[in-house]
Amino acid sequence: MKVKVLCRNPDDYVRETTRDIQRVPRNYDPTLHPFEVPREYTRALNATKLERVFAKPFVASLDGHRDGISCITKHAKSLSTIISGACDGEVKVWNLPRQECLRTVQAHEGFVRGICSRFCGTSFFTVGDDKTIKQWNWEAPGYGVREEPINTILGKAVFTGIDHHQREGTFVTCGQTVDIWDEQRSSPIRSFSWGVDSFSCVRYNPVETELLASCASDRSVVLYDTRESAPLRKVIMQLRSNTLCWNPMEAYYFTCANEDYNLYTYDIRHLDVPVTVHMDHVSAVLDVDYSPTGREFVSASFDKTIRIFPKDKGHSREVYHTKRMQHVICVRWSADNKYVLSGSDEMNIRLWKANASEKLGLLSAREKAATHYNKKLIEKFQHHPQVRRIARHRHLPGDILKQKRELREMREARRRKEQNVRKHSKPGSVPLLTEKEKHVVAVVE
Amino acid sequence: MQNENLVQISFFNQLMLVHPRKKQNERSEASVQVSEYFVNAEGTGDKVNLSDLLGTVEKTSGASNKTKKQLRNLQSSKETLELPLNKQQTEKIQRGIAYEKTTAEVSCWKNIILQNQKAEQMVFPLNQESSGPKRVEQVVAGWKVQTPLEQEIFRLLHGSRQPVNDPVLTPVEEQSLKAMSLEEAKIRRAELQKARALQSYYEAKAKREKKIKSKKYHKVQNKAKRKDFLKQFDEMVKTNPEGALEELKKMELSRMEERMSLKHQNSGKWAKSKAIMAKYDDSARKAMQEQLQMNKDLTQKMVVPSDDEHESIEEGLETVPDFVNDPETVIDPVNPWMRGQLTHEEPEVSCVTAEEVQTAEEENEEEEIIGEFERKRKLRQADEEDLIPTEEEQEEEDEEEDVSEFNTLFRLMRSEKTREGSNQTRGGLNTAGEEDEEGLLSEGQIRVRSIEDLEVLDEVVEPRAIEEPSAPQTAAAEATSEPPHKKKREINLKEVLTKEAKAVRLPFLPTVVDEEERDEQISIIKEAFAGDDVISDFIKDKSRQEAAGRPAVVDLTLPGWGEWGGVGLKPPRWKRKRFRIKTAPPPPRQDQKLPDVIISEKRTASVASHQVSQLPFPFQNTAQFESSIRTPIGSTWNTQTVVKNMTKPKVVTKLGAIIEPMVKEDFIKSYYTLVTLKKYCYISCLCSWYCGVAC
Repeated sequence: MKVKVLCRNPDDYVRETTRDIQRVPRNYDPTLHPFEVPREYTRALNATKLERVFAKPFVASLDGHRDGISCITKHAKSLSTIISGACDGEVKVWNLPRQECLRTVQAHEGFVRGICSRFCGTSFFTVGDDKTIKQWNWEAPGYGVREEPINTILGKAVFTGIDHHQREGTFVTCGQTVDIWDEQRSSPIRSFSWGVDSFSCVRYNPVETELLASCASDRSVVLYDTRESAPLRKVIMQLRSNTLCWNPMEAYYFTCANEDYNLYTYDIRHLDVPVTVHMDHVSAVLDVDYSPTGREFVSASFDKTIRIFPKDKGHSREVYHTKRMQHVICVRWSADNKYVLSGSDEMNIRLWKANASEKLGLLSAREKAATHYNKKLIEKFQHHPQVRRIARHRHLPGDILKQKRELREMREARRRKEQNVRKHSKPGSVPLLTEKEKHVVAVVE
Repeated sequence: MQNENLVQISFFNQLMLVHPRKKQNERSEASVQVSEYFVNAEGTGDKVNLSDLLGTVEKTSGASNKTKKQLRNLQSSKETLELPLNKQQTEKIQRGIAYEKTTAEVSCWKNIILQNQKAEQMVFPLNQESSGPKRVEQVVAGWKVQTPLEQEIFRLLHGSRQPVNDPVLTPVEEQSLKAMSLEEAKIRRAELQKARALQSYYEAKAKREKKIKSKKYHKVQNKAKRKDFLKQFDEMVKTNPEGALEELKKMELSRMEERMSLKHQNSGKWAKSKAIMAKYDDSARKAMQEQLQMNKDLTQKMVVPSDDEHESIEEGLETVPDFVNDPETVIDPVNPWMRGQLTHEEPEVSCVTAEEVQTAEEENEEEEIIGEFERKRKLRQADEEDLIPTEEEQEEEDEEEDVSEFNTLFRLMRSEKTREGSNQTRGGLNTAGEEDEEGLLSEGQIRVRSIEDLEVLDEVVEPRAIEEPSAPQTAAAEATSEPPHKKKREINLKEVLTKEAKAVRLPFLPTVVDEEERDEQISIIKEAFAGDDVISDFIKDKSRQEAAGRPAVVDLTLPGWGEWGGVGLKPPRWKRKRFRIKTAPPPPRQDQKLPDVIISEKRTASVASHQVSQLPFPFQNTAQFESSIRTPIGSTWNTQTVVKNMTKPKVVTKLGAIIEPMVKEDFIKSYYTLVTLKKYCYISCLCSWYCGVAC
């Protein structure tokens, strides 16, 4: 005779410790859990609302400068340290978690035009209106010792920007020419010029470390390779580009911030048409910086806002502004992809969260799971009108809103005009230009 | 002094010893006139012409004719070399070349970038060091040699290219490691792991199977193997006839063995015992039969069957009687509402009253039902097999044509509907500028502070949302002008937001109902629905709805305009013709061919504000979008691992870790070889240059 015995494994129902949560046997039979879609839709709607309610991006404001901030840079090896340069030649080193100034240096006479940190994080370089390049130690001098630069180079003309090589002891400055310097020498090892222009910004490619790009005052963006004797190519746009930034994860893309309120992402292999035109600002865009993951970038504008754009979308996903923030001159994305720093005209550096509604600090496993689920729900139901409306809603100050409407009207008028011209001229004589094609004037070889 | 002199002399001697018989070279100076006695500098200012050189070449016997000819040609030609390009042009060319080179180099990132864009999840920082303990050699890498003994040792080590700082890998080993990139190594490792795991699975399985004691199991296994073998053998005959021959030989051998032995002849001890039992026990008889069958199979001569035989077998298979596959016909013959399929009479229902229908049905209901099911079955078979009906069936088909026609129409209509839907949505996709609109933030002056505010936010914009649906509704009511805006096809909430209703089929017990009982039932139902004539009500309702949807003729004639008017005067024909406007018929109703269904095509305003009005971008058709919405992702419906997988974020960053930009050496393998090659070239160039200098 066969005897069947019920047997249970205590592992299935006994907790390991009394602190564990109770094991809950689940039955996933779909008939027991009806109305999946309506229930998830409600959850998605709630998640969207909560996301907007918790969207409090402003973290801190660092004040102490006595003039407008002209440039900010991150420490190469430390997340908590940044340096900022002001329009009165003062450079300050800040500690972010404590929100205080560690050190103040009167670095230049006149503007501090550019700051860059050495890749190893031992020193940093500043350039200013007084035609000098100064190298400073990251370590503050001892008590009673005067602040002295490690090295000072006197140039022939004003330098307007500086950037350091990713791995080697060379750096690049721009002014009347683009110069490449060795740290050990007092004269540039190479200088590029193409026509007579002045340059406003120069950046090393962080991935292809021998590549350079600069913005010139003749409305062009010029590419260089330090291994070659001549510049590579330049693209001339309708208005001047102020700054540019390379994508740190995608070697051949860069984005430039233009005077015509737009940002343009280019592929250096096809310079004749930008890959994406990012528009939303209502005034000149002054600075741009990529997130270290290369998925998004942040832009600072003269219209007193900063905006965050996904790298392949035409419009911003986020806009930050406060009542007191004036024209934003410079902006940086922190190296851990969590924060955004903005320096503005009214002498303050502001720290923002990169994701407005993100909870900071360590999360428990359940919190993490919940946030992931909510994010996925919002993504799943993003096309539903209610969810989309709530997710897209942003508050904007009145004057910016007004400007925005005005701009839209202007654009509409221009479009109408063009349409009419096309209607009343010989077919084919007025070609239809896409938005991307409109802004590039020429590509010069 | 003497000493010094001695030293000098000995030194001189030594010198002489070193070069005892060195031949003194003649000094020669380049000059036009060469004298035996002196060296003069006359004619140094003169230039050497080609003709001067040529003259000597002509005389020398060693020079080849070819060079002589070339030189002569050169002398006779009057052409001058072209001017070099001007600076701008040369620079442009240089830039062009440099640009091409750089773009080619940058393009090697393409694959990696695409891969990262497509990746479901990216974890930053990209190349994390393993967090495990480090080797001692790596920790002590900074250590430097100091004492002379150590220096001596390390010199020796360096000489033999032994590793110094990290004694685990020699430079050669490192190079070989670098030859395989990280990714490739990972892939290779994964492959190896998989292979190993598979092997272990198979081993474990084989072991397990070997341990099984059940005879029946092994019998089944053997049978399956034999079947497999036969199949393979058939293929082998076609592909590898030699192998097949060998197999045949083996089979022949086994056949011989079988014939020699008494193994399956029902003569063993077991068989005898079974034979006693066989009289009473069915299974024992069966077992004996099986054994005999085995013997028969094994001793049968192998004949490769021809193709004709195959066919005949297949035909035989197909001609299995139909009733075998019949589903059990289950129906309540009494209640007309319980019938799943429409009878072929029903389309005409609209003109006959319900009473008549019922009485007509009562008479030959049972026969009809049986016939109907037979037809249904036939139809289904035809559908499944897609075969041309046989002759027998064709006779029947004439009778059932009307029904089948109806059914096919129904099917066609459905397919049309779905096609229509997809077409419309595709049309919706093509409208320009939609994509951009979606990305926009809706920026306004309202500041949202709490959930209540968000609700208000809804309400503020809601009126607009309500207005939209009301427009087509009124149009439908008026039943005039233009088909309703079909371009903006609404995605039905019933399709989107609810799980598809599953028709639950309860198994009815095939009860035998007596004639009397049936009559009783019918009378009961009649009694119950005596007051309300449901069917005719329904038909009326439907016809009313249809009439409302039909386009009406709009009469715009103005009597008396341009002619005499008054009582009893009709507007003339031309006027009626001109000013009576017929509108285009609306698209056919969804329930047009479903006599017992009314499908309302109105839009409910309360739900409409929650519905998606256009097909979102990445989706190709509504079905795709709906299915994406229909699958739940929450833990209420899915197991934990599935939820974790479905909700994993696209970008993961580590708290407090600096995310460095990509490093070329980590990602592109060929870069290494390129660099080393370049270095090698550089060195060889240097070498050659030095050699040139030395010479």
